[in-house]
Parts: sequence; structure tokens; C-alpha cells
Amino acid sequence: MLKKLLDSDIGYSFRSSPVAIGSSVIASLCVLGAALSGLIAPHNPFDLASLILSDARLPPAWSEGGSWRYILGTDDQGRDMLSAILYGMRISLLVSIVSVALSVLIGTSLGLLAGYLGGWLDAFLMRLCDVMLSFPAILIALLIAGVGRALFPDAHESLAFGVLVLSITLPGWVQYARTVRASTLVESRKEYVLAARLIGVSAVRIVYRHVLPNVVGPILVLATIQIATSIITEATLSFLGVGVPPTSPSLGTLIRIGNDYLFSGEWWILVFPGVALVILAVSVNLLGDWMRDAFNPRLRVGR
Amino acid sequence: MLVFLLERVLQCLLVLLAVALIAFLLFQYVGDPVLFILGQDATEEQVGALRESLGLDQPALVQFGYFLLNAIQGEFGLSLRQGIAVSTLIAERLPATLELAIVAAVIALVVGIPMGVYAAIRRGSALAQVFMAISLLGVSLPTFLIGIFLILLFSVALGVLPSFGRGEVTSLWGFTTGLFGWGGIKHLILPSITLAVFQLTLIMRLVRTEMLEVLRMDYIRFARARGLRQRSIYFGHALKNTLVPVITITGLQLGGLIAFAIITETVFQWPGMGLLFIQAVNFADIPVMAAYLCLISVIFVVINLIVDLLYFTVDPRLRVQLS
Repeated sequence: MLKKLLDSDIGYSFRSSPVAIGSSVIASLCVLGAALSGLIAPHNPFDLASLILSDARLPPAWSEGGSWRYILGTDDQGRDMLSAILYGMRISLLVSIVSVALSVLIGTSLGLLAGYLGGWLDAFLMRLCDVMLSFPAILIALLIAGVGRALFPDAHESLAFGVLVLSITLPGWVQYARTVRASTLVESRKEYVLAARLIGVSAVRIVYRHVLPNVVGPILVLATIQIATSIITEATLSFLGVGVPPTSPSLGTLIRIGNDYLFSGEWWILVFPGVALVILAVSVNLLGDWMRDAFNPRLRVGR
Repeated sequence: MLVFLLERVLQCLLVLLAVALIAFLLFQYVGDPVLFILGQDATEEQVGALRESLGLDQPALVQFGYFLLNAIQGEFGLSLRQGIAVSTLIAERLPATLELAIVAAVIALVVGIPMGVYAAIRRGSALAQVFMAISLLGVSLPTFLIGIFLILLFSVALGVLPSFGRGEVTSLWGFTTGLFGWGGIKHLILPSITLAVFQLTLIMRLVRTEMLEVLRMDYIRFARARGLRQRSIYFGHALKNTLVPVITITGLQLGGLIAFAIITETVFQWPGMGLLFIQAVNFADIPVMAAYLCLISVIFVVINLIVDLLYFTVDPRLRVQLS
């Protein structure tokens, strides 16, 4: 299976692109580090009992006054930066993956419906998409998250996460709906769909068994790119104080905290989470860029 | 043409109505204004009298009507936090945001278009690849991080540029601007660059793609065959034909700039509308939030409408298609 994948057209494009290999390695390392943060992080930043206040604001290990107990230094409460970053990355990834999954689910279903059924539903949905697309995603997210925060100032953790995921999902599904609708329109006029219809296959079955597999490629590409965008959106919202609840800090929250130490010389509290965010976002973005080119044969001609 | 226009205007009005409804619901059902004004220990009669004078005893639809009427006149009541009329607050903050957005848009255009043209005509050269790498960074880096890194570099490490506020501003017919003094300009540099980066990369990539597309056209080949100078081919023939989508995107992005200004203003403590909104969110200052919601949608809808019309006038093919 793996060998087949590597030998395929896309596998070849992957093997011959150092950017693709590099970014996928870094992205997987980030995902792995985040997923296993409970096991590999040297400290537990949420275990308040283990925090030692006298260890607060220690610089990274290699600079003067640093200790190898805390490789990347500690923040104002004596939390180990490396552990905080790993845990923060987990939250960032979790929020963005969940919201992208939801966007894909909603967008694809609506796109299939609109494309296959047509009629007023199609017209209404596409109008809605037009309107949504005329506002930048981050603005919609900010407004929803902001209104949510104002409505429930001391919301329970799960509610806060719910509002956050909703605010990223709501502007996110539109792209899938449009793409899927366009390909569904093309696919549903093809002969195999006609044949399936003639032998009496139900509409639901045609859409899910026959049309969906043929429109799944662009969805994957879009989803990868959107994970990078969602990571950034989440970080931005958390930085502005309307994202994840402060009890479970994401990378954006860490940067928000570090921002207070911008002028006081404790640069590591700010810079390391920032760099982690950049590495994560850029590697996923590069991977998405490569996928878009690889899955689009039209672009490959002439290279 | 007329049908197209009417349809667009109708759609815009519907969107605005929907936004106004959301703002109204926020206003109406979040936090009881009567309780806020009178405090906990008001008598039943006082409450009743105030409800009546505020029009809260009317049916919801009538109230929505009044809300719309007030909103059109720019009246959103008093800010819960500052006790000042929301319209005054916004009028105070609007110039700062507009100044920032316009300067950023100019930077993005003036730098982005030449970069895009260069990346297209010197495709594959070292500098062009550097431009592309920068543009990728610009797209994948979050705005607030760019701002923070700029502050770290220019304010903390080098100490040459200020990192927060507007500095000294001059008032011009009620419109405050910092563009007339070195102090104000110095304060503008970092925020406007931060705000411009994303649009700049977008414009650059767009110009590059469009240029590459256009340069493949037959009329460019003919122009070459006629022995026209490179410069007039690139700038007179090719660039001109790439400008339609660039105008559209830049126009649409003007709204994006105002949206992204929320982030930039927070990073640089720039006293504009975005900062006002974020502060309102943190204090649950509903009237200010509702006003911002309505204002930003009006700005977006108007910009979209104008861009649509511009597109219509610039690209004759569209006119033929529709008629």
C-alpha cells in the first residue's frame, strides 16, 4: 500500500520535492509532539502543585542563569516553556482540526445537496456563500467569538471551546460547499450517474457512493490549507483574548502572556511560543501548497 | 444593467437588515438596560415608567423599527463602560483607523505591484524567488506575530521607532491625522507596515499570476514581433490588462484592512475602532459592539457594491454577457 503510494504520480512529486518532504516531516513532528505532550513534556504546566514560584522567569538553559531543568526557560509562574508550548500546540491543533473537520462535514454535505438537487436550495445556498465570502473569515470569527465572550463572560470551559470552534467553522464551510457543488454539478451529468439512476439507485446512495468519491480530492487539499489558516485564526483570537479559556492556554494565549514581557527583557516567554506557531503554521501551509500543485494536473504541465 | 444593479442593492439591504437584527437582539436580550440604569433596588413603578419611556413595553417588531431608525441616524445609545454616546466614541476613533488602513493600502499597492511585476518578468531569478519566499511567509505568518516581531526588532532591540499610540496628531476639520508631523509619522510606520504585509503579499502574488497569464497571450507576442520596447510591452500592454482583478481585490481588501486593523490596533495600542471593539468585548459593552457590528457591515457592503459596479464599468465583457 505504502509502496504503491510512493510509486504513484503524487508519490513521485512528493519524493522529488524537498520542500514537501521537509515540511511534512516538521509538521508530523509538531503533531506528534503535541499529541504525546502528556508523555514527553518534561513538566506538567497544568499541575499547579508542581510549579515552583522561585523558578519563575528563568532564562533558557544556554544563557546565563538558566538551568537544564527548563531548557527553554520558565514563564512568570515558573511554568516550563517547552512543556507549555507542547501542551499549547496540542490545544491549537485540536481546535483547528475539529473546526476544519466540522467545516468539511457541513460544507461537503451542503455542496452535494446543492449540486445534486439544484433549484431554490442551490440558489439560496450560493447566495449565502457569496455573502459570507464578502466578509473576511477572521472578521466573522472575531465577531462571533467576541459576541460569545460578551454573552458568557465566565463561560464553562466546554462552552468557550464550543463558541471558538463555531466561530472558526462558520466562515470555513463556504469554500467546501462551493467547490463540492461545482464538481457535483459536473459529475452528476456524467453517464455513470445516469446509469445508476436508470437501474434505480436511490439519490442518497448515488450522492454518497458515486459522486462523493469523485469530488474528494479537492476537499483534502482545501482541508490541509485550511488547517494552517485555522491555526492562525485560533492563535489570533486567543491573542486578542476571545479564544480558548485561560485555563487551557494555546499557543496564541502563551504569546498573549509573553507580550506583557516585551519590554522587560524576558524575551523567551514571548519568542519561543511565537517561533513554535510560525514553524507549525508555515510547515502545514507549505504542505498544503505542495498538495494543491500535486493534485492539480493542469498546473503540472509545462514544468 | 438596471436589473443587475437592483438585484445587488436588494441583496445588500437584506444583509444589512440581518446584521441589524443580530445587533438588535444583542441589545435587547443581553443585559437589562433598565436594571443597569436604575440599579438593583428600584421600585416596581420606577421600572415601569422607565420601560415605558425607553419604549421597552412596545411589541418587539415596533422596537426593532425604532432601533433601525436610530441606527440609520447613527444613534446607538450610551456606552455602558464610558457613559459617552457611542456615536461620539466612534467618531473619535474612526479617523485613526481610516488613516492606518489607507496608509497600509498605499504601501501594499506601491510595493506589491512592482514586486509582482518583477517576479513575473524575471521569473526564476534569485530575487524573484526571494520575493516568492517572502510572500509565502507573509501569507502564513499571523498579523499579530509580524507586529510583535517588528516591535521586538525596531522598538526593543534597536530602539528607533515607537511601539504604541499615535503620537501627536493634528486636527483637520474634525478629522485627526498624524501625517503632518514627524512624531505622528514615526508612530504610523510599524502599525501600517504590519497591516500592509498581508495585502502586499496578496497583491504581489496576484499581479505575478495575472502577468504570467497575460504574457502568454497572442497580442503580447505580436507586440514583441512588432519590435516594441520591453518596457512598453510590460507596462503599457501587459500590466494594464492585469489591473482589473488587482483593482477588485484591492478594493475588497480595503474592508479586510479595516477588519485586520482590529489585530494591528491591539498589538500597537492604536486608538482606533478595532481597539474600541476589543475593549468593548472585554467589558461586555453591548451598545459599542452593536454599533461596530453595524458600521463594519455597512462599510463592507458598500465596498462590495462599489467594486461590483467598478468591475462592471472596467470590463466590457461583463456588460455584453448580461444584456
